[in-house]
Amino acid sequence: MALAPEEPELVQLLTPEGELVEHPDYRVDFSDEELRGLYRDLALVRRIDAEATALQRQGELGIWASLLGQEAAQIGSGRAMGPNDHVFPTYREHGVAWCRGVDPLNLLGLFRGVDMGGWDPEEHHFHLYTIVIGAQTLHAVGYAMGLQRDGMVGDGGPELTGAAVAYFGDGATSQGDVNEAFIWASVFQAPVVFFCQNNQWAISEPLERQTRIPLYQRASGFGFPGVRVDGNDVLATYAVTQAALARAREGSGPTFIEAYTYRMGAHTTSDDPTRYRIAAEVEAWKLKDPIERLRSFLIRTGKADQDWFEALEEESNQLAKHIRAGCLDMPDPSPMTMFDHVYVDPHKPLANQREQFAAYLASFESTSEEHS
Amino acid sequence: MSGQTTTLAKAITMGLRAAMERDSKVVLMGEDIGKLGGVFRVTDGLQKDFGEDRVIDTPLSESGILGTAIGMALRGYRPVCEIQFDGFVFPAFDQIVCQLAKMHARSKGHSRLPIVVRIPFGGGIGAVEHHSESPEAYFAHTAGLRVVACSNPVDAYWMIQQAVASDDPVIFFEPKRRYWEKAELDTSAGPPAEALDQARVVREGADITVAAYGPMVKVCMDAASAAAEDGTSIEVLDLRSLSPLDMDTVVASVRRTHRLVVVHEAPVTLGMGAEIAAQVTESCFHHLEAPVLRVGGFDTPYPPSRIEEEYLPDLDRVLDAVDRSLAY
Ligand SMILES: Cc1ncc(C[n+]2csc(CCOP(=O)(O)OP(=O)(O)O)c2C)c(N)n1
Ligand SMILES: [Mg+2]
Repeated sequence: MALAPEEPELVQLLTPEGELVEHPDYRVDFSDEELRGLYRDLALVRRIDAEATALQRQGELGIWASLLGQEAAQIGSGRAMGPNDHVFPTYREHGVAWCRGVDPLNLLGLFRGVDMGGWDPEEHHFHLYTIVIGAQTLHAVGYAMGLQRDGMVGDGGPELTGAAVAYFGDGATSQGDVNEAFIWASVFQAPVVFFCQNNQWAISEPLERQTRIPLYQRASGFGFPGVRVDGNDVLATYAVTQAALARAREGSGPTFIEAYTYRMGAHTTSDDPTRYRIAAEVEAWKLKDPIERLRSFLIRTGKADQDWFEALEEESNQLAKHIRAGCLDMPDPSPMTMFDHVYVDPHKPLANQREQFAAYLASFESTSEEHS
Repeated sequence: MSGQTTTLAKAITMGLRAAMERDSKVVLMGEDIGKLGGVFRVTDGLQKDFGEDRVIDTPLSESGILGTAIGMALRGYRPVCEIQFDGFVFPAFDQIVCQLAKMHARSKGHSRLPIVVRIPFGGGIGAVEHHSESPEAYFAHTAGLRVVACSNPVDAYWMIQQAVASDDPVIFFEPKRRYWEKAELDTSAGPPAEALDQARVVREGADITVAAYGPMVKVCMDAASAAAEDGTSIEVLDLRSLSPLDMDTVVASVRRTHRLVVVHEAPVTLGMGAEIAAQVTESCFHHLEAPVLRVGGFDTPYPPSRIEEEYLPDLDRVLDAVDRSLAY
């Protein structure tokens, strides 16, 4: 067993060097295959992210919000969920989406500008991306209150009970909505897990602009437990989320998880972080890379060999191809689609507007035909 | 060093700088406005020069920005708040509509709230949702707020200073897709003839009036140039102020041309055009040769960026309305 983590409050099960450590409250019990599965998830979502970033650079996406550095926080928490748990994400939860089985191309549609997401949130229990900071935390609480009323809370285990998981960032903790979500969840003992990825930055604003105390400590003021976990440790984020989910599902109320991590890239492809943070900080966090540590652990313990890594590399290449081709194939929507789904029951004024617009567009087609 | 070529964004930076130099009570508040200089770099360099007490990087909470700005204003400061994008003003909506707009009246004139809320607005930059909205009518519908929109660098420079100098709260809309457009700015020339709440005839014409503001002024100017080649003379108005509306200028123009088209990116239903049409109908009905027509966004959510050009009024849609009015 290796040294204890440098910070006593931080739950860690796998050190940056790839050594297992014990924790009095949290443990995982993975088979070798499961461990390789987690590595595969981490590697593939990083690949999705790299491909999307490249597609943005080539003008195929309008913008991309990279999850680079936050893979373990997302895979650990995402894989801890059961079939009845529901995710309420921000715009950066590509890894969680992956765990829930959402096709990455769905995510790309939003960033390419062909739709607003548009997937069915109930299909994979993964709700739409939310760009307005913090708004989804209240939705998660309300959803959890619904689960509660549907009899989905109790001792039936993950097959019969469920919880909602609200994802948000360190910056979001300053929003009124998020603080209201804490209060509601606490008052109603809603089965919800608040999963905060503290990546140290909210665009250019450092953590200190949002808080004077460690974020997880805020939870106690709202009346529920808070825990800080090494967000770059996929085993620890899994264990901590699993425990919080179990607590929520059995009716003991919310938990706040602060996944302590780092935004390795720019805020989005539109951002230039050299204006506000120093390279040394990024370099220091590189040493805590979430994927490297699992890789060295798997290699050192002989749980994965060279062939396995090579096969994964091949799978990763195939996935990148799928994403690239799928993105390039994504057609621009017809302009008329903007009138779709504005209401459940279409109404006449909007139908008229739609018709007029169709006639207007058609007038160009007939004039261009006349000229040709 | 008075004349220079300046972008609209830079002109606002210069205007803010001038306002801050003039009055030490002017403070800027907003997300990412310090080191980063704002996501559009409008406050670039100001924190370095005026310090962190006057250029305040705020926590990520718009209600907090507006609520504390109100408190600072009550203490004698003149906060200029930056809302990062149009779609993110709504967490602050309660503070603006229920508090900021009414406090002067509620205090029987004792309290003044000289706050400016800067909002980059409108579409056309290929952004994801909530980054292309045109929420101006919500604010123009609220008594107690002044609402203005600049359309070019020279106005941007002067209007932001006039807004800061105003003792009333001003919602200051900046046409984000025009941030990078350039013009000659001669700061020694003095402010334009129009007051902050006055419209301007930006192109004279005889056959029809087209009124717009913010990003749509350029579209209408281009439409007027194109129409001139076909022998139609369009008069273009830059409304500049949306609340109050300068109806004197609008009505005077309509009395000359007898026809009016109002253009904005915001949905037509209950938009600025609806109010202008109603007022023009009331005050110069007998001068009209055609009903007032509106060109604007549809009553749909702002669409994904790949089809936003179809949603946004363009030269063709403006000219289509001009033709329909002239054919009436
Ligand atoms: C209400 C609102 N205000 C401002 C923004 C602009 N904005 C987008 S992301 C962001 C920072 C978010 O930081 P954090 O919550 O830490 O999440 P991260 O991006 O680091 O994952 C800001 C200010 C927004 N999207 N919504
Ligand atoms: Mg963050």
